[in-house]
Amino acid sequence: MNQWKENWSMFKENESAQESEKSQKLLTSFEFEPGRVEKGYTDRRLYINLSENKIEEKPIDSKVKEIFTGGRGYGMWYLWNAISPKTKWNDHENEIIFCTGPICGVTQYSGTGKTHVVSLSPETGTVNDNNVGGYFAPFLKFSGWDLLEIQGKAKQDVIMFIDGNQGKVIIEEILGINSDTHLLIEKLTEKYADDEKDRRNISIISSGRGAENTNLGILNVSWYDIRRKHVRVKQAARGGTGSIFRDKKILAIVIKYSGVNANSNNVASPELIRKAGERLTKEILTLDHVQNGMREIGTVNLLDHMQNYECLPVHNFKFGSHPDAFKVNSKVWHRCMTQKQAGDSCWVGCALRCSHGVDNFKLSTGPLKGEKVLVDGPEYETTAGFAGNCGCFDPNFVLEANFYCDNYGIDTIGVSTTMAFLMECYENGIINKEITEGLEFNFGNSKAALELIHQMSEGKGFGKIAGLGIRRIKKILVEKYNADAKFLQDIGMECKGMEFSEYVTKESLAQQGGYGIANKGPQHDESWLIFMDQVNNQIPTFEDKAEALHYFPLFRTWFSIVGLCKLPWNDIEPEDNKQKHHGIEAAKVPDHVENYCWLFEGVTGKHITPEELILQSEKVHNFQRLFNLKMGFGTREHDVVPYRAVGPVTAEEYESRRELYDQQLQEVIKFDIEGKTTEEKMKILRAYREEQYQMLCDAVYKRRGWDANGVPTLENIKKLKIDFPEIVELVKKYQS
Amino acid sequence: MIRVNGRDREWEEDLTVDLLLKKCKYTFPLIMIKINGKYISKEKYKNTLIKDNDEVQAIHSIAGG
Repeated sequence: MNQWKENWSMFKENESAQESEKSQKLLTSFEFEPGRVEKGYTDRRLYINLSENKIEEKPIDSKVKEIFTGGRGYGMWYLWNAISPKTKWNDHENEIIFCTGPICGVTQYSGTGKTHVVSLSPETGTVNDNNVGGYFAPFLKFSGWDLLEIQGKAKQDVIMFIDGNQGKVIIEEILGINSDTHLLIEKLTEKYADDEKDRRNISIISSGRGAENTNLGILNVSWYDIRRKHVRVKQAARGGTGSIFRDKKILAIVIKYSGVNANSNNVASPELIRKAGERLTKEILTLDHVQNGMREIGTVNLLDHMQNYECLPVHNFKFGSHPDAFKVNSKVWHRCMTQKQAGDSCWVGCALRCSHGVDNFKLSTGPLKGEKVLVDGPEYETTAGFAGNCGCFDPNFVLEANFYCDNYGIDTIGVSTTMAFLMECYENGIINKEITEGLEFNFGNSKAALELIHQMSEGKGFGKIAGLGIRRIKKILVEKYNADAKFLQDIGMECKGMEFSEYVTKESLAQQGGYGIANKGPQHDESWLIFMDQVNNQIPTFEDKAEALHYFPLFRTWFSIVGLCKLPWNDIEPEDNKQKHHGIEAAKVPDHVENYCWLFEGVTGKHITPEELILQSEKVHNFQRLFNLKMGFGTREHDVVPYRAVGPVTAEEYESRRELYDQQLQEVIKFDIEGKTTEEKMKILRAYREEQYQMLCDAVYKRRGWDANGVPTLENIKKLKIDFPEIVELVKKYQS
Repeated sequence: MIRVNGRDREWEEDLTVDLLLKKCKYTFPLIMIKINGKYISKEKYKNTLIKDNDEVQAIHSIAGG
């Protein structure tokens, strides 16, 4: 730690005025009228321009409210208006927009604390959205703001402080502080809280030096864990939002708000909210332990199931299971995680309590070597990525990688998928020790993997290349090292520039589309249809799959426009759900959809049907597709996924599941495999599967009201009332 | 021959729901079973026999990511 440039003096009470003056400087401040939430909305946004040291209150137009509902919908609209098609992620005009949503902050229903973040991604070059737990968004709204919109770049590192009770925003320039999250947020929480009790009223957004030196930067959003007396964090992880945050020289955004109560949203009908909340909470408390065990170990419960059903990514998505997976299975995490009987709520009132942590974990590498730390997680994605995909089935490695990625502000999914790709490149001789600067980067080498995480974060050695993400690495390997571009395209698990999250999709055509056609890139938060498709076989036809790829992405989008977490929707379900409802209807969890209708009406006073709820989402989802188009990405060619997501790229993969593939060749494709080599069989299988994927795209585009090139039709955008002149003009360009 | 989730599968004598789940490697704890459209509760898995030509639905309640 001593090797870092540190200056914590400003946080000390006995600091001299002179010392303080040297290290921090007030850049600007702004006073506002504190919170005035009315039926879930404040109808105003806090705009900050760091290049101009400008802070302003701006209204939210009633038409914007009507069309985009809130949250991510608002974020998309204001970003659209802030940038041009030529804007790059690190240009001054790019914004990071922190969004709330009308239901955000309700304390009687689980999963209402999400902050939704919108920005132009360094990975994809187009609009990106994240969702993250922690207390930030509710505090922002109760302070009086539906959105925090940050544009421009500061010259030196700054800390923004929003005091929601006093009605004040302060931006200070701070020199010489290490941006890594772990120490920073503890110090800042201490500094801005009046006392121990007041720490619960602080939430901080931070990142780290990894975000400065890679395209894989994340945002950590904090809340104070009163049981542990520690600051905890959740992550807005995908697409490199943290890299923008640090590019803007934001060290941290601190918000302080006290006075959260059961009606901070000043809702229209508390009875409806109570009715929905009581029904869900009862289900969670009586059924979670026999369903998903979210309260016990959180999302990592999925690992065992993915392993058992051949969906766990192993060795860069080559395989779907591994004999060593038991070393990181649920039983292991049950032992490691503390306070597991009822995890932690990352916002007040959440009964699902899926946040977990491992206390007093002793780090064995890096700048904090020897320190005992609290590791938040690990979540399923982190474990599957580092253990499965990188082949390092060691829980201590997973925890150390998890901690350092969070601390440095880098994405565990992006990092692990990138490292798995590099490991396969290394094992194929595409890269060697000369290129990796001495790292033996075979699958399973956890020591080398940790070293690379440190190098990436410090922008040193081979980490400089690794931190660019798969799409840019592929380009370098082809241009500089004469690598086979086609092979790299097949095994480089990225689409639209974003790395895949951690599921093997070879046997689920619907999930291939769920990843490939997703607006922001291959992240499962738009749709997760693997079991419905591959195991349950509930959506066998193209039309069925297209219907699922219409409804579920839209339903999931809705959470982000009203300020909710997805988990309480279907990670718990009524005991009789699958007896009362059938097929795809059961997967919608109709009782919970009804809860959401009650919630929306309860907060806003506007009656809403399940169909209207989908229509709200459809506007935002289509607008995001059009945003991609504006940035030059939203067409069919950008929905193509690497073949590794579709079928076996190598003979080794084919042979690992020969029986399955041979059966498909004979029974479905009607190909006589007698006397055929593996390579010959692979070729036929590939042609078939790639054709199936294109046919899926045809069906999905049609269902979504898009043309054959994946562009929303004029008729559709008119129906959705998003036919703004700029959009009509844009779509017309693609009509020929 | 029986059909499990719409896919053909060899039938054998004394095939119970329990045994079918094992053979299919369906280890997920939350599976709803229907035979020819009739719901079978979990406590009956051990003793419920599946007959030749039966249509079995084994629906996994897994939400995923």
